[in-house]
Amino acid sequence: MTMDALRDTLSVRALPAPDNAAQNFWQSAAEGKLVLQRCVTCGQFQFYPRALCAACGGDTEWVEASGRGTLYTFTVIRQNRSEAFVRLSPYAVGIVELEEGVRMMSNIVGCELDQLEVGMALEVLLLKAADDVGLPFWRPVGASDD
Amino acid sequence: MGARDAVIVGIGWSDYPVAPELDAMDHHVLALRRALADCGIDKSEIDGYACAGTAIQLDDAATMAEYLRINHRWVDGTSVGGSSFEFHVQHAAAAIEAGLCEVVLVTYGSDLLSRMGRRLGTSTFSSGSARVRGPAQFESPWGNVLAGSYAMAARRHMHEFGTTPEQLAEIAVGVREFAGLNPLAQYRDPITVDDVLSSRLIADPLHKLDCCVISDGGGAFIMTTRERARDLAKPPVYVLGAAGAETHWNISQMPDFTTTAAAQCGPEAFRRAGVRPEDVDTIQIYDSFTITVLMLLEDMGFCQKGEGGRFVETGVLRRGGRQPMNTDGGGLSACHPGMRGIFLINEAVRQLRGEGGEAQVPGCEVAVACGSGGFLSCMATVVLGKEGRS
Repeated sequence: MTMDALRDTLSVRALPAPDNAAQNFWQSAAEGKLVLQRCVTCGQFQFYPRALCAACGGDTEWVEASGRGTLYTFTVIRQNRSEAFVRLSPYAVGIVELEEGVRMMSNIVGCELDQLEVGMALEVLLLKAADDVGLPFWRPVGASDD
Repeated sequence: MGARDAVIVGIGWSDYPVAPELDAMDHHVLALRRALADCGIDKSEIDGYACAGTAIQLDDAATMAEYLRINHRWVDGTSVGGSSFEFHVQHAAAAIEAGLCEVVLVTYGSDLLSRMGRRLGTSTFSSGSARVRGPAQFESPWGNVLAGSYAMAARRHMHEFGTTPEQLAEIAVGVREFAGLNPLAQYRDPITVDDVLSSRLIADPLHKLDCCVISDGGGAFIMTTRERARDLAKPPVYVLGAAGAETHWNISQMPDFTTTAAAQCGPEAFRRAGVRPEDVDTIQIYDSFTITVLMLLEDMGFCQKGEGGRFVETGVLRRGGRQPMNTDGGGLSACHPGMRGIFLINEAVRQLRGEGGEAQVPGCEVAVACGSGGFLSCMATVVLGKEGRS
């Protein structure tokens, strides 16, 4: 999938209606910054954003993430009957383990599907999908923008 | 042993796998009537009700109690996906033993296949135009599907333990053998490991035949006390132990993709029952996907973590094996109307009564039903016995 093709898909995706806790995550991503919540009491990072630290119940602060991670697991979706994704198939859905220790679901882009491998090093690719929403895709470190 | 020990006395199924003339309510009612007829209890005796309603079927517990006119004094609307009914057994057994009610009815009904087609496993849950609220918004943009969530668990299991597609396929092959003995099963022709591996990939590494079927169907069961069961039509089946647990709801929040909440509730249910996994004569396990079975077997302690692949290859779960599994043909081949947990309970009861017909497990005295709800999220294990706790 080329970058242009990827950008063309942004409009067909089911985008978030951010709640209070999630707003800053999506907004920051739209502005080109990947941010995570960290607990001010116990220091744990968490994802997804919540109104409390789910580990200890404390308050959280926002911290910019490194944007690096590894592929924890993935699948290649061959069949999605939902209209929005029919024309994208097949595509990779993966769980990325960020350097900060949290995991997030995303699409793994920028490489052939048969090059996907558990443990591979990834970096974030933030694409603006709406004024208030940026989507964090992940791609192999050093992948080109073509 | 006590007079108020919880027992299952009546079981019933609506029509499956394809019943275009029935809607969800019809499935609930047909199963209810057949469960009542099975045990001979009068509807007016029901004073407890459990129902796992969904937004798809509009059959929440309060609505269904009104529709069925159940004047309950104990109600349970726990709806945590396919394992809801195993949670219901746990809750109802505690309520019965505490004297909160005498006769509990549990019903389930679904017209999923006839009304919605085969969309459940291979569609995203939300449409492209609508914004998604709640934690699901962290998954909705990526086009994951239900099968994809289980596929990611399978991939991780393969990575950590070397589990093979052939080992997963063996599960589907064994369950299909039992489906061949069930005239109602959706698919009955024998399959081989090669058939599974050559069926098309749905979400790598899961093939079509690694995935459960989509069907219509419904079920009901009736629980009461050992005392009340004495003059009923069929011998009671005893709830020896039950437990449930949750690790997450959305798949991306799963703490460890190779271990489920059954690692908590499985051992707890066995401890409460006073039996060990090796004492179990038949295993009824939630086979939404082959990987679900593999992980639940490990987590409940039928084998060590990571050994599931080699364990299933021994044939222990096959017809004629030491612990035959999913003797009605399971969700992989017989029926899966969306939430299959009630069929696990009913099949376990059928086996313990010796009503299994050609699929009967010889000398069946202890059965386990283990449900899986959501995205490997909410697990509940029920240990049932032909005899009560001593």
